[in-house]
Amino acid sequence: MDNNQKKQLAILATKVRMAAIEGTFHAKSGHPGGSLSAADMLTYLYFSELHVDPQNPNDPKRDRFVLSKGHAAPSYYGALALKGYFPIEEMQELRHITSMLQGHPNMLGTPGVDMSTGSLGQGVSAAAGMALAGKIDKADYRVFTLLGDGEIEEGQVWEAAMFASHKGLDNLCVIVDNNDLQIDGTVGEVNSPYPIPEKFQAFGFDVVEIDGHDFDQIEAAVEQFKATVGKPFAIIMKTVKGKGVSFMENKVGWHGVAPNAEQYEAAMAELKATLTELEA
Amino acid sequence: MADVKKVATREGYGDALVELADKYDNLVVMDADLAGATRTGVFKKAHPERFFNAGIAEGNMMSVAAGLAASGKLVFASSFAMFAAGRAFEQIRNSIGYPHLNVKIGASHAGISVGEDGASHQCCEDIAIMRVIPGMTIINPADYYEAKKAVFAAAKMDGPVYLRFGRLAVPTVFDDSYYFQIGKANRLVEGTDITIIATGLMVNEALMAAELLKNDGISARVVNMASIKPIDRDEIIAAARDTKLIVTAEEHSIIGGLGSAVAEVVAETIPTRVVRVSVNDTFGRSGPAWDLLKLFGLSADNIAAKAKEAFQSL
Repeated sequence: MDNNQKKQLAILATKVRMAAIEGTFHAKSGHPGGSLSAADMLTYLYFSELHVDPQNPNDPKRDRFVLSKGHAAPSYYGALALKGYFPIEEMQELRHITSMLQGHPNMLGTPGVDMSTGSLGQGVSAAAGMALAGKIDKADYRVFTLLGDGEIEEGQVWEAAMFASHKGLDNLCVIVDNNDLQIDGTVGEVNSPYPIPEKFQAFGFDVVEIDGHDFDQIEAAVEQFKATVGKPFAIIMKTVKGKGVSFMENKVGWHGVAPNAEQYEAAMAELKATLTELEA
Repeated sequence: MADVKKVATREGYGDALVELADKYDNLVVMDADLAGATRTGVFKKAHPERFFNAGIAEGNMMSVAAGLAASGKLVFASSFAMFAAGRAFEQIRNSIGYPHLNVKIGASHAGISVGEDGASHQCCEDIAIMRVIPGMTIINPADYYEAKKAVFAAAKMDGPVYLRFGRLAVPTVFDDSYYFQIGKANRLVEGTDITIIATGLMVNEALMAAELLKNDGISARVVNMASIKPIDRDEIIAAARDTKLIVTAEEHSIIGGLGSAVAEVVAETIPTRVVRVSVNDTFGRSGPAWDLLKLFGLSADNIAAKAKEAFQSL
């Protein structure tokens, strides 16, 4: 990836983060921490990888994306809006009673959302179902799904992993957002899912570990997925919860709390400064 | 009754799936390691490339089914009622129900007629917990033929359906000419004093109960209510209007099933005495199926006795 591409992605990722802050602030609720940690991967997928068309959101041939960690909806919606599925101004309506943007993704109400999620552990299974449908139809679309590291404490994730592997779903890419924090503390304190790569390997996946904020590494991992035959692929990405807003970074308290007016101003000022610097 | 053919409703499920395969190119069938028992095995044999075993992982199976349906497949996902409605309730609710995906849940071995396997496998709560999911259709067929027609009707409509089948071979009530419609009850016997509204294997018991009541001079209407959701409100209201007492009969908990659904309708329209013949808020136990049905009061004798007692006390 050349520097210009990288810069464009960084600009978009910053805009995704701004959308997430905008949304959670106006909603007075939501999950900024895990939205910000996932922002770079979401940006890469929507702007550099997925074959999708906002004008034809239900195209049967499209690539699929399932946000298994549905609480990262603020960044997801930001990416979808910037991609052109709906106006970015919708972010200010997030979680409002008349809004199409539900607290967690709703495929019936929001263009671009491929699966309703929010109850942890289920999205990855649905993604496996989509991948299986692709195999049955001999279609060449790929299915990406993004999970939280706390989410993989759910037993269903491993049922899905066993299934995807047994069915040889090499069109399925499972991404784990390893920001190391869940609601009650670090994932290590709560009920450690570590070591994560070894677990996916044991379930029959090819696995790569990357820095989830490094677009070169993200690109290399996704290319490796596309070259993998006969088995599903897992990308375990180390991330920083709250990434991009310094006072939210690595703070467990920012899992499910919205910024107040003062924090909103500070967060937006920091992100705008980042944007200005990138655009210079 | 010796000459009546006895077949389990689950047989109708398997046979109907095989028949549907040619009609629906997008049909796929899933099971959770119970293909022999749920009878999806006959589909697997006929169309192995369209059958997917999820193994003993019902929650994953339901969400995978949702993903398949979201990609254009007509999915029948099968297990025992206990593990489909029970274990995978939340996957059915969130992965299938909330996005209203085209997944049909084929749940066999419902009720206590599972028999010797005992209470852990005797699901008498499934209708109650499936009823509360918005947009869920629930069908509890009475016999082999109705089971087949119910599967056809479920395939034809878009959206989630819970199909409830039994393990036990039960007398056939209908034949291949039977016409089934979702949301419509069918009146099997006319009557003027009371109405017995039954579902599943209790329909045949209700028919026999009506005969017993005739001997006591009580004229009983018998209604088959296979479609539990949507329920045929008009037929229930007609029963309340035309007859003095409604007796419901189901192989399910007394809480939340057919009896509750009927009582809800009459309470809001024409308040009428309702007597519920159901599993009385208790777990099942091991034993031969027919003996268990008798023990738990799910028999023609008990329907007739309860009906007579209530009718005479009016």
